[in-house]
Amino acid sequence: MTDHANIEPAGFLVDRTSQRRLRPTPALRFAPASGRQRGRPLVPRKISPAALLFGPLAMVAVWQLSSSLGWLPENILAAPATVLSVGTGLAADGTLGKHFLASATRAYLGLAVGVALGLVLALLSGLTRVGEASIDGLVQIKRAVPTLALIPLAILWLGIGEVMKITIIVTSVLVPVYINTHAALRGIDMRYVELARTTGLTHREFIRQVAIPGALPGFFTGLRLAVTTCWTALVVLEQINTTKGIGYLMSRARDYGQTEIIVVGLVIYAVLGLLSDALVRLLENRALSYRKVIGT
Amino acid sequence: MIAEPMPATGHDQPVRIRNLTRGFGGRVVLNDVSLDIPAGEFVALIGKSGSGKSTLLRALAQLDDDAEGGGTIDAPENLSVLFQDSRLLPWHTVLENITLGLRSPDARARALSVLEDVGLGGRQDAWPNMLSGGEQQRVALARSLVRRPDLILADEPFGALDALTRIRMHGLLTRLVSIYRPTVLLVTHDVDEALSLADRVMVMGEGEIVLDRRVGLARPRVKTDGAFADLRAALLGALGVDE
Repeated sequence: MTDHANIEPAGFLVDRTSQRRLRPTPALRFAPASGRQRGRPLVPRKISPAALLFGPLAMVAVWQLSSSLGWLPENILAAPATVLSVGTGLAADGTLGKHFLASATRAYLGLAVGVALGLVLALLSGLTRVGEASIDGLVQIKRAVPTLALIPLAILWLGIGEVMKITIIVTSVLVPVYINTHAALRGIDMRYVELARTTGLTHREFIRQVAIPGALPGFFTGLRLAVTTCWTALVVLEQINTTKGIGYLMSRARDYGQTEIIVVGLVIYAVLGLLSDALVRLLENRALSYRKVIGT
Repeated sequence: MIAEPMPATGHDQPVRIRNLTRGFGGRVVLNDVSLDIPAGEFVALIGKSGSGKSTLLRALAQLDDDAEGGGTIDAPENLSVLFQDSRLLPWHTVLENITLGLRSPDARARALSVLEDVGLGGRQDAWPNMLSGGEQQRVALARSLVRRPDLILADEPFGALDALTRIRMHGLLTRLVSIYRPTVLLVTHDVDEALSLADRVMVMGEGEIVLDRRVGLARPRVKTDGAFADLRAALLGALGVDE
């Protein structure tokens, strides 16, 4: 699990587009001053966001070609065209909507509770000694145990219903939120603590005006990991006592050898992951708008 | 340019330090320092790195929990620290930074007025990241002055600024100090800065005050002035620098 993932600050994307807009016209471009600068640049030039689609599109093209030429049998992997038609068919008759709704409810309920819990635990652990002593070790242990390995116990304790499923999602989501928020809280500059003392901030004011805003970037890193983590446990969880959900749809398709439905499920996960990430980035840019200005 | 100067607070509490000793891990940094600063006096404290000047300032600011030592300090409670870095909270606007920790209902109005004083009128909603280094330090100065401190402790506040900005900050500080009349202890390693700003200059060496001189020169002070040059030579001598 990549709890500490180094995610590129969102500001870089903004820069990239603005640079593109400001690119000089060819007439204004200077010729290289020395021979050394000609030839292959040491660092590749930046590519446009649209160019990032080249890899995925090329893969789909090769995939479709292999299927059309008969190199890739349907029982190994369905052709993109088949996936598309099956997918739109399932969406049109409402099957996909039903399963998606069931999965989304589980995932986002688990996400909401898990993020809130992770945040509260991180604050308790980051701001109090008792909290750190009692919470941090437990979360680290939880981090080391694979979420799916908890399922057998969770079934014994909580049954096979929705409560068990959502609890498992909560426990997997709170880890990245906790780890990143806690690390950011611990990393708050001591100089700000001195400032808070000399300006006479109360403990409550310090938490609200220094600690929480200072930990916000870490929280958002955790949130970006959490929005995709909340879906990962579903595939397995939805094989247990349910007839609704994307995971159920996929595992049934596996039993029947319907690779096209399995791929439909994968596409849904991919699209959801990208959309959730974009949404969190948008929130992050709003909340951390002070960072956007990379001036001095 | 100064918008309705606020009345001086009329404080009269001096700074009184007796037999102050500070050390870190057994290494003595301040060795039995005693010092009086009358209310309203501007004192510059110069010294080489490691001479103990910052330790003295941090002791006055009560920012030295990690140090060992003894002695007594009497100082105005209403003091404010100017750090070498502006130490603005990047997630607070200029106005929020200035009013940090203030609870009085007129804090905003006072902050806007002080912001005018430091020449940044109208910039209250800017993020600190949008300001230049000199502007950030002026906001930090506003954050100090808005508290109407009886004592300003300045720890090389202009050390990170370029030479031109520094000269302008000297003028600004002199002007504002003449209006707000706080007692000032300025720690610096810049002899010229000390001589342009202070009423009194002290040199620290090896944890002790080795020289204590009044600067009886009229303002604005000119470097080419003979008395200025004499004082400068005396201070450099005490610092162990030959020119």
